[in-house]
Amino acid sequence: MKTSTSLGYDDLPRLLTLLTGDEKHDRSSYSTLDVLWVLYDRVLRVDPDAPDDPERDRCLLSKGHGPAAYYAVLAAKGFIPVESLAGFGSGDSRLGYHPDRMLVPGVEISSGSLGHGLPIAVGVTLALDALGSDGPRVVCLVGDAELEEGSNFEAVQLAGRLGLGRLTVVVVDNASSTYGWPGGVERRFDVEGWSSVRVDGRDHDALEAAFAPAGAGRPHAVVAEAAR
Amino acid sequence: MTTMRSRFYDVAAELLDRDPRVAVVLAEIGAGELRPHPRLFNVGIREQLMVGVAAGLAFEGLRPLVHSYAPFLVERPFEQLKLDLVHQGVGAVLVSTGASYDGARSGRTHQAPADVALLGALPGWTIHVPGHPDEVERFVRRAASSTGNVYVRMSEEVNAGPVEEDGLALLRRGADGAPLVVAVGPTLEPVLEATGDLDASVAYLSTVRPFDAAGLHAALRGTDVVLVEPYLAGTSAADVAAALVDRPHRLLALGVANTELRRYGTGPEHRALHGLDAAGIRASISAFLAPRPHPGWGNAPDPLTATIAG
Repeated sequence: MKTSTSLGYDDLPRLLTLLTGDEKHDRSSYSTLDVLWVLYDRVLRVDPDAPDDPERDRCLLSKGHGPAAYYAVLAAKGFIPVESLAGFGSGDSRLGYHPDRMLVPGVEISSGSLGHGLPIAVGVTLALDALGSDGPRVVCLVGDAELEEGSNFEAVQLAGRLGLGRLTVVVVDNASSTYGWPGGVERRFDVEGWSSVRVDGRDHDALEAAFAPAGAGRPHAVVAEAAR
Repeated sequence: MTTMRSRFYDVAAELLDRDPRVAVVLAEIGAGELRPHPRLFNVGIREQLMVGVAAGLAFEGLRPLVHSYAPFLVERPFEQLKLDLVHQGVGAVLVSTGASYDGARSGRTHQAPADVALLGALPGWTIHVPGHPDEVERFVRRAASSTGNVYVRMSEEVNAGPVEEDGLALLRRGADGAPLVVAVGPTLEPVLEATGDLDASVAYLSTVRPFDAAGLHAALRGTDVVLVEPYLAGTSAADVAAALVDRPHRLLALGVANTELRRYGTGPEHRALHGLDAAGIRASISAFLAPRPHPGWGNAPDPLTATIAG
């Protein structure tokens, strides 16, 4: 079910320019771009022709802020038309400053208010487990500053205690948390029983390796370092 | 007689066994009342997660019944209800216990008189205020087999018997021109006692959202409406106004006062303090119907603000 389109990573800058109208756009301003590309290009089993396939992997973008990279990747992968990018944020566009799952195919959750995606991801994981669904993984993308919201840690705690091995969280760590995470944000996952790995968020091969299923019985956290 | 709460646990256990769509999500409260089941999820004392998990279950086609004490089910995770359920386009069944002042001895932290107003401020909710365990069972079974967002507000206050009608049920017809007293959920018993010797029509309502505007419009023969709600006073006043927009009318909206009471005690004591016992309801109706300003208005000590002696 691996997706394939004619557009690749090198096309993303052009797609981002369509969204923002900013000819001087810099990839480094889109902290999630490489992580999302690796997920959709190499990791997730998703199909733009069957975005609701029950057997698909679920990718929940909890950090809905700055969704340009997300839309660009979805366009490159065929979930949304490239032409739709130009209307970004306008009244007749389906693409807003925070994604809406009811408007955009392939968007698993509506996001914008921080700290909601991971609890929902735990619920999706529990449902898939209860329904005996073998295949789908659940991946939730959060930001390091988003983790300041306490609701995330309600989810981190329970997922660790219940050993939700189907669940992977990727923390895009661009050090935007005002008070930081002494010792690394991954320690907060480790202490709750997760496996974790820290990788260079620009290194596609390292990211792909980090997303490899970590083994049964433990949820997995990938901390992807990104430039601020 | 069984309580609403015990009836809910019995029905939830049966639904878990019989309906593969049904799941139950708890945050400790109620966990000791239900035996383990693969689709029973106790998330611990984590109410935001409780609602988020319910949403995630609904994403995958399950029908979550989410249960807790009313303040921890509606008020604490209110943004999760707004976003994880409504905005995501999925549904859950919330079943609360505690109501406005069942937890009077526990203080303000365990009282949620604003719950219906809060959920009424979100689009699309069906809100049931049952007055009897049989009504709880009816609403929970129906909600479990549907798809939208439903709130079932249980209480320790119980009417003598169930009312089968879903919409506004006219229980007693007064003379033409007599006031119409609408008792919501468990306020029916004190309303019947308060109006026993009054020329008044009495109606019962246990589903307040969507509000039965047509039923109210049809039941009202005169101009005076008395709405008695067991939660924040005036919660459904705008719905009454909308229902009667084409008719001159007066509305007396009785309910729980919007105040920081700072009193412990029992539920019945709090019911009386809020003027929702039979005597209080009767006094309010008499003042409302008096041809001129009632001598009692403004003169009686306000029990809600009176200082506790000593």
